[in-house]
Amino acid sequence: MTVLQAPEAPAPAPAPAKGGKVGGGLLDPKQLLTSLPDALGKLNPATLWRNPVMLIVEVGAAFTTVLAITDPSFFAWAIAVWLWLTVVFANLAEAVAEGRGKAQAATLRAAKRDSMARRLPDPGDPGRWETVGAPELRQGDHVIVEAGEIVPGDGDVVEGIASVDESAITGESAPVIRESGGDRSAVTGGTKVLSDRIIVRITQKPGESFIDRMIALVEGADRQKTPNEIALNILLAALTIIFLIATVTMQPLAIYSKAQNPGIPDSLALNGHGVTGIVLISLLVCLIPTTIGALLSAIGIAGMDRLVQRNVLAMSGRAVEAAGDVSTLLLDKTGTITLGNRQAAEFLPVPGVRVMELARAAQLSSLADETPEGRSIVVYAKNTYGLRERRPGELAHAGWIPFTAQTRMSGVDVDGRRVRKGAAAAVIRWVRDNGGRPSEHVGQLVDGISASGGTPLVVGEVTDGGAARVLGVVHLKDVVKTGMRERFDEMRRMGIRTVMITGDNPLTARAIADEAGVDDFLAEATPEDKLALIRKEQEGGRLVAMTGDGTNDAPALAQADVGVAMNTGTSAAKEAGNMVDLDSNPTKLIEIVEIGKQLLITRGALTTFSIANDIAKYFAIIPAMFAAVYPGLDTLNVMRLHSPQSAILSAVIFNALVIVALIPLALRGVRYRPSSASKLLSRNLYVYGLGGIVVPFIGIKLIDLLVMFLPGMS
Amino acid sequence: MSPTTAGILFIGSLVVALVLTHRPLGDHMYRVYSGTRHLAVERVIFRLIGVRPDAGQRWSVYARSLLAFSAVSILFLYAFQRLQDKLLLSLGFPGVTDHVAWNTAVSFVTNTNWQAYSGESTMGHLVQMAGLAVQNFVSAAVGMAVAIALVRGFARKQTDELGNFWVDLVRGTVRILLPIAFAGALLLVAGGVIQNFAGVHEVATLTGGTQSITGGPVASQEVIKELGNNGGGFYNANSAHPFENATSWTNWLEIFLILVLPFALPRTFGRMVGDRRQGYAIAAVMGVLAFASVALLTGLEIAHHGTVPQAVGAAMEGKEVRFGVPDSGTFAAATTLTSTGAVNSFHDSYTALGGMMTMFDMMLGEVAPGGVGAGLYGMLVLAVITVFVAGLMVGRTPEYLGKKIGSREIKLASLYFLTTPALVLVGTALAMASPEQRASMLNSGPHGLSEVLYAFTSASNNNGSAFAGITVNTPWYDTALGLCMAFGRFLPIVFVLGLAGSLARQAPTPASAGTLPTHRPQFVGMVVGVTIIVVALTFLPALALGPLAEGIQ
Repeated sequence: MTVLQAPEAPAPAPAPAKGGKVGGGLLDPKQLLTSLPDALGKLNPATLWRNPVMLIVEVGAAFTTVLAITDPSFFAWAIAVWLWLTVVFANLAEAVAEGRGKAQAATLRAAKRDSMARRLPDPGDPGRWETVGAPELRQGDHVIVEAGEIVPGDGDVVEGIASVDESAITGESAPVIRESGGDRSAVTGGTKVLSDRIIVRITQKPGESFIDRMIALVEGADRQKTPNEIALNILLAALTIIFLIATVTMQPLAIYSKAQNPGIPDSLALNGHGVTGIVLISLLVCLIPTTIGALLSAIGIAGMDRLVQRNVLAMSGRAVEAAGDVSTLLLDKTGTITLGNRQAAEFLPVPGVRVMELARAAQLSSLADETPEGRSIVVYAKNTYGLRERRPGELAHAGWIPFTAQTRMSGVDVDGRRVRKGAAAAVIRWVRDNGGRPSEHVGQLVDGISASGGTPLVVGEVTDGGAARVLGVVHLKDVVKTGMRERFDEMRRMGIRTVMITGDNPLTARAIADEAGVDDFLAEATPEDKLALIRKEQEGGRLVAMTGDGTNDAPALAQADVGVAMNTGTSAAKEAGNMVDLDSNPTKLIEIVEIGKQLLITRGALTTFSIANDIAKYFAIIPAMFAAVYPGLDTLNVMRLHSPQSAILSAVIFNALVIVALIPLALRGVRYRPSSASKLLSRNLYVYGLGGIVVPFIGIKLIDLLVMFLPGMS
Repeated sequence: MSPTTAGILFIGSLVVALVLTHRPLGDHMYRVYSGTRHLAVERVIFRLIGVRPDAGQRWSVYARSLLAFSAVSILFLYAFQRLQDKLLLSLGFPGVTDHVAWNTAVSFVTNTNWQAYSGESTMGHLVQMAGLAVQNFVSAAVGMAVAIALVRGFARKQTDELGNFWVDLVRGTVRILLPIAFAGALLLVAGGVIQNFAGVHEVATLTGGTQSITGGPVASQEVIKELGNNGGGFYNANSAHPFENATSWTNWLEIFLILVLPFALPRTFGRMVGDRRQGYAIAAVMGVLAFASVALLTGLEIAHHGTVPQAVGAAMEGKEVRFGVPDSGTFAAATTLTSTGAVNSFHDSYTALGGMMTMFDMMLGEVAPGGVGAGLYGMLVLAVITVFVAGLMVGRTPEYLGKKIGSREIKLASLYFLTTPALVLVGTALAMASPEQRASMLNSGPHGLSEVLYAFTSASNNNGSAFAGITVNTPWYDTALGLCMAFGRFLPIVFVLGLAGSLARQAPTPASAGTLPTHRPQFVGMVVGVTIIVVALTFLPALALGPLAEGIQ
């Protein structure tokens, strides 16, 4: 069991080929029960005022309760109870959403034991330390941490190298290496050093550690409404005011209508004083957008939560919303679009040399080459030509020449034969130095590979007494991850432009960009280029998302609208971005965008559903109120509901139950498949617009079929 | 030719004429409002009123100029009416009473032209021509100016300037309304509408009594009454009076004049935002709603149950025989779908459900195609709300024409669509709660309620047509309806200009495949749906106790 994942949803493997469907986050019915106390606590008007729609319902519920006490009837009490339940259900939705975060926060808290730290008064002298409590550490303090100890706070390794168990934060049990200098120097408080000894300079302020922030985030302690949530709340408030006016101003008209028909007896719905308070409040509650009002905050919390389940921490809800709006993705080539390193893809022998011969020489000369490229040659020779991988030790009297950055060659001297493989220029010079004359053909092969964006490695040999010769060329190329092209096609359909960022030269970059199917690329990219590109896109009104890990990525991460820092990266990068990916998987940017979109779609879908619901409720309540006075209005009772009382009660019950029924949808988010805006809209309009009109007609009728058997319903 | 064929031809030819004119007229308006050159006569006017025509205005300055202009207009018109007995051409009528003068002043300045008085027996020629007819022009030009300012909000980027109110006002009057009105007036005179300075004629009628008939400059006022969507008739009988609307041909022309500017403005909008398809989408929404309304209204009038309607083939009460049902129904729909309020038949006498349709047309916010200018900005606000609700369903924060609809924009749009329903419902409720005001109703039962509801719907939406029946020239109604007209006109205008200001400041987001397309039938259907559903939900309780209760048997 990993730490950060909700128990019911194992983190999906970050496989880009899966077709980009956002799912996950199912609701466990038990959660409803465990969150009930929280939901009741939220009935306090002091907390409920943040949600004006539900506050109105609560005031209405209180009012009907008073009416039910002063003038008791089964109908009055039933309405009062269901109105209270409506508020409770709304609170329940929020409580359930928060509850998941709380569970995660609890596990994080367990990791945040207050450890002791060994502080170095003089960073230059690791031999002398003093023991202090971790909370007393200040920014800039140096501490020493050894195997078996907990890192006392966030910081950068300034000396040494160690393997660290970060499972408390990332949920990943395999240890990671942290070393001074470079982009893997950041350590997080609460993680455990497994081996060796490091000196860490603390970068956090007391009480503001990464874990502290994570806890606050997953708990939603300082959750603020996002811009779109605020705007939606304004619209909902406006609708509420309209319906409030519509119901209140109906009263004089009702009194007049009743007075015009003196022969009609008073009913539970309408008497000489107009529509009764209970019915009026029922109508109001049914009309105001309670469904979306109840679920709005749960949708937001659940959106953040879905990111957490994918091991992404968003520092603000605003960032998640921005992710939905992103129109340009900057993707690092290495690790995101291509597999980490270049790999051997082809052996090209010169005329007169059999490919098998070249393969054997290439393999032999690469055995001592520990670089990933060298390993890939050995693997390729084995997989494609069936050459068994040999250990260097097998050839006892061989002289191994490892690859170095100076010689740019590796090779072996064995039995009077010398084989070399390496950078084209280096090997060709070596061949010339040993009396060989590489043919023009070699040059053609090398140029051809370079032009196609690959890296040519030349293999040469010399036997004792003979002249050196070139055997052929190894074609190394970047291997684009499978499924990336489809993924980018999807992005294009969603209206998102993908830009590949690489340090390669433009030729190489173009070749890979073409193969992967990205829209554009930035070659020989410096951090300044990245920043400039982001600014340019933003000036055109586009929102930009990117990932980064190094300190020099920090300005670009800060400038991007969605900046995802890798957890393996430096503290500076993590500070600058507005999201942190604990798995350090750059491909996840695509998932983040999808989750952002899903969040917005869920909001829109439930708003539409909520408003569309009102039509059926009118058809239930209007005839119930006025059919006694104007029998013609009974024509509007298209559902043929049993009686005025049963109609009103059924509408109120439906209104409450639909909230519970939609909690799972609010938490999970509506189904999202990447496609064009037009297609998405058609589908969602069909399901949530049309569905929103039809479903309550059926629901209210079904509830009425049960409610009609209750006492006082005729 | 059967009446049905005649009706279809009548409506069909109107559609053809509107389709033919929208393009040149829309393009003309685009040039008028986008051009930088001023005509000589305009320069004289600017110098007279002390305006620097090339200085742009922020939205708040634009709004202040508009409100100041309207306030001065109201004061002037009020004084003019009160003092008319001291002036020329008064035909011997006394000064107008204070509450009627207030109500009329507000009514004409707000482009409502609700008439709590009987034109031919209250107002002299000078007040009609120099007071009321002038407002018929400028109040329409004000509406167009606001619409153009909102369109500029969408079209411009990162600026505070929405144009210059005075320039828009003068250009709209001089280059758009006056030329069309001049041509239209000639056509009306040719069709039999009178134009003279005659006073009151006493004529002996066939039954032996006497009748006083007032002549006057009718055609010139008639044409701008329709073209500017004003609706204030020279005669109390309005366009049902043969001097105002002589034949079927003048009837056709008047309906055409009502609709021609509102249906051409979407083209102007499309040109200004640089995407004509956006204009066509807006025109399509207007067209769908208008067509549905005309069809339903005419259908309900023809197919009504009841002894008399079935005996004569249709509900003919309150309709002129020379027009018949389709021509009257089309006029009724056109006048209530726009902010005109002229009538050629009496909506009070319509069948309950037919009468409800005229009310529903106004409750839509008069957006299909709506008042001159007011229809376009009302429809654009509805489009903003539609984009906000449904736009989220494409997975982006909502944007319309590249401009983000954030909390400030939605706040202003919400306030806009809150204002009018609140005025209508609160006004109706207050009137119905008071026994004195209920006494003004002619009918009892649901029909009486409809009369009051109609009055407040008409005033708050700046329509100006009356359901008749109800007696409204009492101090209470004059004051209450005057307030409804003033708030119903100027609050939305301020919100629209605020919205325009906030949109103009934004830098546009470029459209992509992920952007909600707002020019497709899908979007047209959505705006139609949102408009109908939101209106139906707001007004259904009131309608249920009025026309629905009366009409559903």
